[in-house]
Amino acid sequence: MTDQDNPRAEMHRLDPRLLEILVCPLTKGRLEYNRETQELVSSSARLAYPIRDGIPIMLPEEARRLD
Amino acid sequence: MASASSIPRLFDVHALTLHAERAIRLNQPADFLLQRAAHDLSDRLAVVLRDFEHRLDLGTPLPLAASMLAQKPGQLTRLVQPGWPTGNGPWTTVESPLETLPLTPESFDLAVSLLALQSVDDLPGTLIQLRRALKPDGLFIACLLGGETLTELRQSFLEAEIAVEGGASPRVAPFADLRDCGSLLQRAGFALPVTDVDRVIVRYSDPFALMRDLRAMGAANPLAERRRGFLRRETLMKAAQIYAQRFSDDDGRVRATFDLVWMSGWVPHESQQKPLKPGSAKMSLAEALKPK
Repeated sequence: MTDQDNPRAEMHRLDPRLLEILVCPLTKGRLEYNRETQELVSSSARLAYPIRDGIPIMLPEEARRLD
Repeated sequence: MASASSIPRLFDVHALTLHAERAIRLNQPADFLLQRAAHDLSDRLAVVLRDFEHRLDLGTPLPLAASMLAQKPGQLTRLVQPGWPTGNGPWTTVESPLETLPLTPESFDLAVSLLALQSVDDLPGTLIQLRRALKPDGLFIACLLGGETLTELRQSFLEAEIAVEGGASPRVAPFADLRDCGSLLQRAGFALPVTDVDRVIVRYSDPFALMRDLRAMGAANPLAERRRGFLRRETLMKAAQIYAQRFSDDDGRVRATFDLVWMSGWVPHESQQKPLKPGSAKMSLAEALKPK
C-alpha cells in the first residue's frame, strides 16, 4: 500500500449504498463520510478508514487514528 | 492499530496477503478450482426460486462469483481480502479481512463465498457476523477447501521432516470437515443447514508441479506456527520422493486431493419449515407403522 495521495480519488464518487451497508469493523458503530479527506470516520473507535479509488479499506491497521 | 485477540492465531495474516500478491504477480493464477466452484454455485442458485435484491460476495479471491451474480438485477457488494486485486465490475467493492466484517446488520438477502473461508482463524466468529449481516430469510452459500484436501502432501512432508530433520512442523493447514461445517452453521444461528463435498482429484506430472500450482493459487503454507526460514532442500527432495512413491498412478503421475466443502443455511424466518413440537403429533407412530 502506498501512502501517497491519490489524485484520482477525488474523481470517484462514493457509492451511497456503502454508507448504508458499512459499519466500523471494531465497534460496529456508524461511519461518516469525509469527502475532503476521502475517509470513513468511526467516531466510536476514533479511527478514519481510507477510501482509495472509491474502495473503502476497512482494516484497522490501515486506519488513521483520531486524537 | 492491531486489535488484541485471545483467539489462537492459526494463520499468519501477513503471509496470506503476501501469498495472494505473489499469486497475482505470477500472472497466471491457478483458478481451475475456483472456476469449478463458480460453475457449481451458479447451478446451486438456479434451483433457488427467489430473487435476491442485495447480494454479497464474501472474499472470493477473484471476481468469478461476482461476475456470475452481476448478471441478475439488484445490488452487489464484493468484499475483497487484503492482497487480492480489487478489480472492476458492476458492483461495489470494499477491502476487508474476513475476521472482522464491517457490515450493517440485516443488509443482505444473499451471501456467497468461494474458496476463502478455509484460511479464516475464527470461522465460527465470521459465520456469526455474517448471519447478522443477512436479513431474515437470507441465504448463505459457501464453498471452502476442507476435509482431506492435500492429505498426500501433508503425509509426505510429515514423513520427510521426521526422517531428515528428526522433527516436524505443520506444512499443510488444518481443514474443517463436513460435520464441522454443518454444526458451525447451526451454532452461528443458520436454519436448514446443508453440507456436501465435491472431491476433486488432480493429477500432476510430479509433486513440484503441484507445489507450483499451490503458489499460483496463493495457497502456499500460511500457518503462523510454520517453521521459519527456507525449507531444507534435502527435506523437500525427500518429501517429493515419498509423494511420488506413495501417491502415484501407474503412468507415474501423482494425485492430489482437493475437497470442496459446500455449506448453505438460511437466516431463520417464520415462513420456513420447522419441526413440530415434541408431543404435538396427532397420530401414534405404532398406528402409522401398522400394516394396512
